[in-house]
Amino acid sequence: MNAFAALLTALERARSTGRKLELLTAYFKGAPAGDAAWALHLLTGRRPQRIASGPELRRWLGEATGLSEAVLEATYAHVGDLAETLALVLPPPPADITAPETSLQALLEETLAPLRGAGAETRKRALLALWRAYPQAPRLWLNKLITGGLRVGVGEGLTLRALGQAFGLDPAVLQHRWMIPQPPSAAAFEALVNPDNATLHWAAPYPFCLAQPLRDGALPPHPSTAVLAEWKWDGVRCQLVRREGNTALWSRGRERLEDRFPELAAAAEGLPEGTVLDGELLAWAEDGPGPFVELSRRLQRKRVTAALQRAVPVRFMAYDLLELNGEDLRPQPLAQRRQCLEALLTPSPAPALTFSPRLDNTSWESLTALRADARSQAVEGLMLKHEGSAYESGRRHQSWWKWKLDPETVDAVLLYAQPGHGRRANLYTDFTFAVWDRGALVPLAKAYSGLDEATLERLDHWIRRNTKERFGPVRSVTPTLVFELAFDSAHAAPRRKAGMALRFPRIHRWREDLTIEDADELETLKARLLPHG
Amino acid sequence: MTTPLLTLTDRGLHCPDGDFTIDPWRKVDRAIITHGHGDHARNGMGHYWTAAPGVPILRKRLGQYSPVEGVPYGERRAFGPVTISFHPAGHILGSAQVRVQRGDEVWVVTGDFKREPDPTCAPFEPVLCDVLVTEATFAYPIYQWPHPDTVMEEIYAWWQRCAAEDRPAVLYTYALGKAQRILAGLNAFSREPVWLHGAIDGLTRLYRDAGVTMIPTVPVSEMPRSDRGAGRLILAPPSAAGSKWAKRFRGASTGFASGWMQVRGTRRRKGYDEGFVLSDHADWPGLLRTVEDSGAKRVLATHGHTDALLAHLQGLGIEAQALATPYGDTEDG
Ligand SMILES: [Zn+2]
Ligand SMILES: [Zn+2]
Repeated sequence: MNAFAALLTALERARSTGRKLELLTAYFKGAPAGDAAWALHLLTGRRPQRIASGPELRRWLGEATGLSEAVLEATYAHVGDLAETLALVLPPPPADITAPETSLQALLEETLAPLRGAGAETRKRALLALWRAYPQAPRLWLNKLITGGLRVGVGEGLTLRALGQAFGLDPAVLQHRWMIPQPPSAAAFEALVNPDNATLHWAAPYPFCLAQPLRDGALPPHPSTAVLAEWKWDGVRCQLVRREGNTALWSRGRERLEDRFPELAAAAEGLPEGTVLDGELLAWAEDGPGPFVELSRRLQRKRVTAALQRAVPVRFMAYDLLELNGEDLRPQPLAQRRQCLEALLTPSPAPALTFSPRLDNTSWESLTALRADARSQAVEGLMLKHEGSAYESGRRHQSWWKWKLDPETVDAVLLYAQPGHGRRANLYTDFTFAVWDRGALVPLAKAYSGLDEATLERLDHWIRRNTKERFGPVRSVTPTLVFELAFDSAHAAPRRKAGMALRFPRIHRWREDLTIEDADELETLKARLLPHG
Repeated sequence: MTTPLLTLTDRGLHCPDGDFTIDPWRKVDRAIITHGHGDHARNGMGHYWTAAPGVPILRKRLGQYSPVEGVPYGERRAFGPVTISFHPAGHILGSAQVRVQRGDEVWVVTGDFKREPDPTCAPFEPVLCDVLVTEATFAYPIYQWPHPDTVMEEIYAWWQRCAAEDRPAVLYTYALGKAQRILAGLNAFSREPVWLHGAIDGLTRLYRDAGVTMIPTVPVSEMPRSDRGAGRLILAPPSAAGSKWAKRFRGASTGFASGWMQVRGTRRRKGYDEGFVLSDHADWPGLLRTVEDSGAKRVLATHGHTDALLAHLQGLGIEAQALATPYGDTEDG
């Protein structure tokens, strides 16, 4: 645990990507496989289940320190991060006591895992002992594991790069192996990083090719001049794998989805052995894509009912062919892959499995006109792809571009504020915004991104001085400030107080020129954004 | 009912019977100053009294000919029916608590104070009182200072690391008090001169004049322009961070010494490479110990973050309230 805690502390202080890469590489080189497996699991964003709830931890902290609930509540509000509050409020262990040598694996598997679901008294005793044993710095990370709130913020890409460097692996090979998620174990880790390991799981998808956002204007130059234009579908990016008589449907988040979409699994049976399609999973209404919330209904169910299948039909809109007859097509130019894809899916083996049509790309004028029409087509904009490009993984290439619609906007009033995480743990950065509904302000959306550091600091100062009430770390403020929020789309949400919800809301700007009376009315928003009622 | 001994007005903490105001922020005739920091010692008062070792600092801030009178620690002065005396607060050179007595009623205003050892000033001296007006800058139980010797070791180790990499080490610190405390602490490790920003250099001279032993120092302005400070430790006020002045130290590692560095969010947000937890204010145990040592039955807390402290003291059966003052607005802690 000590080496991992030291890594996390150092990562948090590292200012450059190069330095982070160095730290991660050194850690992976030195760590035993069991520890490295867990570290990889945690660094790539998977979180351990929490062992104790916030109120439990605060109660136990009170018992351990003799501090009252009111004092701890105020302190927590000041720090904004429970794990850190716990780490700092507890007295440091005596200087002559060194931290236990327990490995990360042993701590997680032998100490923490058995505590999950154990009685309160058992958990309390175990955690108090851990708190007493560790100095403040590792104690913070320990608490993050206990509360299930560990976020490291190095990203999967960087972690894998470091892992590749540590073991001298080709990044493409490592990324391909990585596509199959494994529970953390020494054996799985050793298989992942063994340079001589040639076997790949039958279901393994390919690392996804990601698009870069295109601002208005020209497409950056590319050796191949021809450009393929398609709609940018608003669904879930997936790969459909057909091998060895089996089907796997993978989300970009490396989740297997075929059990939730049996109609796609059935359609895939018509594909030749050794086929991998890249495309978009969509809810499909009569003649076009349905709203994303419909698809969410299907995604939420691990086992789908026939009724739900009928209520929300889906479609896999394929736009690339990565493997055919067991041959890896990724090095081929897109034009050729596309030709094979169209041939393969004409006629389509099932209505649920089609390919994404090419759009007229004869000129920028026609593309601009298409993009302007995107909202009425229920798509997010356009995709532009260089026809001569190979299928490359990640985002660090110039082959795929997404040209999204301009966002919708709303002027809303700041109502609640909550501290952020990590670097922003004691800064108010997560906000709830409201609009007018018959003379009252109703919460409409939460947003946390979009403001620069200096503005956040200024806003934080204002929030602390204009707090009305506190609910744990959340503060309600006197309604005064108006912000312009941008969002991609809106949908009806009957269980919300506002009756509607925004997709990807973010703060566009602080409208210091507006007062709360200028904020938008819920009724007009609904009329504008929810045309069907 | 008699008038309260001290009461908060729009000018400061005022004593009606003695007709003086402690650390006033608006014009008054008679000002009692706890110490020379900008939020406590302001221009424009008719007459100033402060603890004797603090006079040179006050004169530097207010002007060489300002009407400042020094009173030795412990010596009593009568203001009508009220007697006052200054007692060391351990905050910076010349910092004082003010003891105010009328008959057998005693109030103590701590000003800014700390309980940790500091070779640049007289150590805090507990004073018994009925009512304690205390600062509460770091009044949360997460603030428990590490021993200052440990922090000095950390600062020195960082400097040596930077020197080994041939980089400048620029340490940002409050110019009055904290900077000199660091310079005094580093004297145990090295005789290598530390470079000072102009704002720190002048104040450091006052400390040397007062007989405080510190590591050798040179003003940055006296070093050749071509020297970019590789391997040097450079002390500067936080306001110099990111300025044209700081650009000279190319490739520098930056550090910040402040009690606020205890919290990770602040540490990361401030964007310095290193954060050293070193404060001239009392930490949570220091505040509680001081309330206990004072024997006060009533506590009034100033300087911002009072909610946890008030809740805690009330739990101990002590009458505790917040006093809204503008202190702490210009200090970095
Ligand atoms: Zn001060
Ligand atoms: Zn102050």
